[in-house]
Amino acid sequence: MTAPIDHAALAEAQLADSRFTVPGMRCAGCIAKIERGLAQIEGVEAARVNFSAKRVAVRHDRALTADSLVAELAALGFEAQAAADNPLAQDDGETRRLLRALAVAGFGMMNVMLLSVSVWSGAAGVTRELFHWLSALIALPVIAYAGRPFFASAAMALRHGRTNMDVPISIGVLLATGLSLYETVTGGRHAYFDGATMLLFFLLAGRALDAAMRSRTRAGIGALLSRMGKSATVIDTAGNHRRVEAADLAPGMVMLVAAGEALAADGVVEDGSTRIDNAMLTGESTPQAVRAVDTVHAGAINLDGPIEVRVTAAASDTVLAQIARLMDEAGQSRSSYVRIADRASRLYAPMVHSLALLGFLGWMLAGAGWYQSLVIAIAVLIITCPCAMGLAVPAAQVVASGALARRGLLVKDGSALERLAEVDIALFDKTGTLTLGEPVPRIDALTPEQMSVALALARSSRHPLSLGLACALRDAGVEAAPVEAVRELPGHGITGTCGGVPVALERPEQDSADMAVTLRIDGKGTTIAFHDAVRDDAAAVLATLGDAGIPARIASGDRAGPVAAVADRLGIAWQASLRPDDKLALLEDLKRAGRRPLMVGDGINDGPALAAAHASIAPSSASDIGQQAADAVFLGRSLKPVAEAVIVARRTMAVIRQNFGFATLYNLFAVPLALAGLVTPLIAAVAMSLSSLVVVGNSLRLARAAR
Amino acid sequence: MTGLTVLVPIALGMGLLGLAGFFWALRRGQFEDLDGAAQRILIDDEEKAS
Repeated sequence: MTAPIDHAALAEAQLADSRFTVPGMRCAGCIAKIERGLAQIEGVEAARVNFSAKRVAVRHDRALTADSLVAELAALGFEAQAAADNPLAQDDGETRRLLRALAVAGFGMMNVMLLSVSVWSGAAGVTRELFHWLSALIALPVIAYAGRPFFASAAMALRHGRTNMDVPISIGVLLATGLSLYETVTGGRHAYFDGATMLLFFLLAGRALDAAMRSRTRAGIGALLSRMGKSATVIDTAGNHRRVEAADLAPGMVMLVAAGEALAADGVVEDGSTRIDNAMLTGESTPQAVRAVDTVHAGAINLDGPIEVRVTAAASDTVLAQIARLMDEAGQSRSSYVRIADRASRLYAPMVHSLALLGFLGWMLAGAGWYQSLVIAIAVLIITCPCAMGLAVPAAQVVASGALARRGLLVKDGSALERLAEVDIALFDKTGTLTLGEPVPRIDALTPEQMSVALALARSSRHPLSLGLACALRDAGVEAAPVEAVRELPGHGITGTCGGVPVALERPEQDSADMAVTLRIDGKGTTIAFHDAVRDDAAAVLATLGDAGIPARIASGDRAGPVAAVADRLGIAWQASLRPDDKLALLEDLKRAGRRPLMVGDGINDGPALAAAHASIAPSSASDIGQQAADAVFLGRSLKPVAEAVIVARRTMAVIRQNFGFATLYNLFAVPLALAGLVTPLIAAVAMSLSSLVVVGNSLRLARAAR
Repeated sequence: MTGLTVLVPIALGMGLLGLAGFFWALRRGQFEDLDGAAQRILIDDEEKAS
């Protein structure tokens, strides 16, 4: 009788959860296709797409491996990678904690306010005392829970002998609560629980907005990241194959790298010949031919045939890891940048403390009694409390980054917007940045028959040239010819038959510097040349930047010829044949000259420069390293988001300055009133909330301005 | 005054109910995928017969 239950428990034990990153999903159709497609596979229990994080969670039989599910997703038409358990869990946790605190503070604020309104409207005697007790009952746990983020941060700052925005907030809230409790116990007339909870609610709203912005863009970028081989098949001396994690690889091991696999370590080819796609490292799309004794690097993708590679450097010794370290060091200079809110609070926090203290001492000396003096000091702390300031920066930045995201630019954090607004010179990489970085074929000379045969052949291969050709032909509205018996010969090309005639798309006979393929129909060959096209609106974008007072120039690692050709077309200055450290030196020179350079680039060779520049932007086609190092990533084929980023960033800073101006003006009026003892803590809380609303309203104008 | 003994607990209870509802929704992952929720409304539930 217990058999069915055992069976179910057994089945449960056989299930595993896997997560995959699928950057390619764009619409409702993609969600339906992935979820339905995966659900039909034998052994898949359930699949659920998270569209915001571009992720799919699959509950499946243990017999199914992650690799086979990636293959199934590829068959559905989506490029996917198995994701680590939950790399973003930490950030998610922070946002959630703030949301929970915000909800609690909101609940407390509304209920305490409800009770306070009846007290102000004249409740007296027992009713007032009852309401004060009720308020205390609600407010104490609410303040203890919702105030934790501020208390923790203030305690941390004090332990290190510093002060920050959270110190006056914490002192104000704790003093107001303590005084209200005293009032309640002694049956006094005023309690300020409403002020304290309201203060927490508005401050938490600012914090939650800030955290939400960071975790959202990080999810967007995380979806684009992570491509290095995570494990490898190793052949030991006895000839046995086994899977080894990338971190456990050691020099001297021999890896067997199958076609389509990414290398997990640096090494020397022992056996076999193939072509590798180095796009992750260099951003260059042209495949590179390698054979025995050639050196290959971690992160490259093997395109054609299996090769055996003897590991020379693994884990943190790979070229990839070294460049990441170089970038880390270059990024250090940037971390010394002080955000505008912190600059403001450095001046502000000590001033607020001394004002409140002076107010207290002043009234004590004037003989007002310690109770009256304390109320005034609390009013000063609450009214000057940097609420409008706390909201001024995140509100404007969240609205601006949301507007930019809709137009295809993901900004990593708020300080990136501040730095983008300050740039005064722009350096562009050529390949993949000013150009599309993907091969575009010249198909004008082809006959319709040749086009349809070429599409039929090209669409069955994942080779970069085939992908580019198929894409261009589809865009031209070509229908594929009925080609049968399509076969891909690694390193050679694709063959098939069309109406009994042998057709092929193959490597041209003579190797030349330019990328090309030969289309062969019944033995007659036609060469299709590829070139790397300049982005359509590059000239317009450079002109816009020039109008904004930002001259542009090219800093490329490419040879002088092609760089000069592009620079002449766009009419800007250029430097060619720059190595990564040359680019770094160029940026340092500019910085020393007092300029604030914006770096736009994609390859790993741009990585250190992207990290060192005052601000940096990378296209989404960039190497992972490039995206990691850049402040912002733009999607799509247009360069326009780069100019928009700078313009919106400048507008955001203008709004932030207005917000600060307003907050200062408000304090100029409010502080003297509070010091004069004309403001009760309640009025202070209401005034402060109003000033916060003005600041948020002003920031919301950015959504319209950026449209 | 007698009205208060009924109304205040009701007001507090409703507030707490809302708060509990929000916590429940947060724990159940209702806010995990806001963009996805907006897209899913466009998915046809039944596959077309054709």
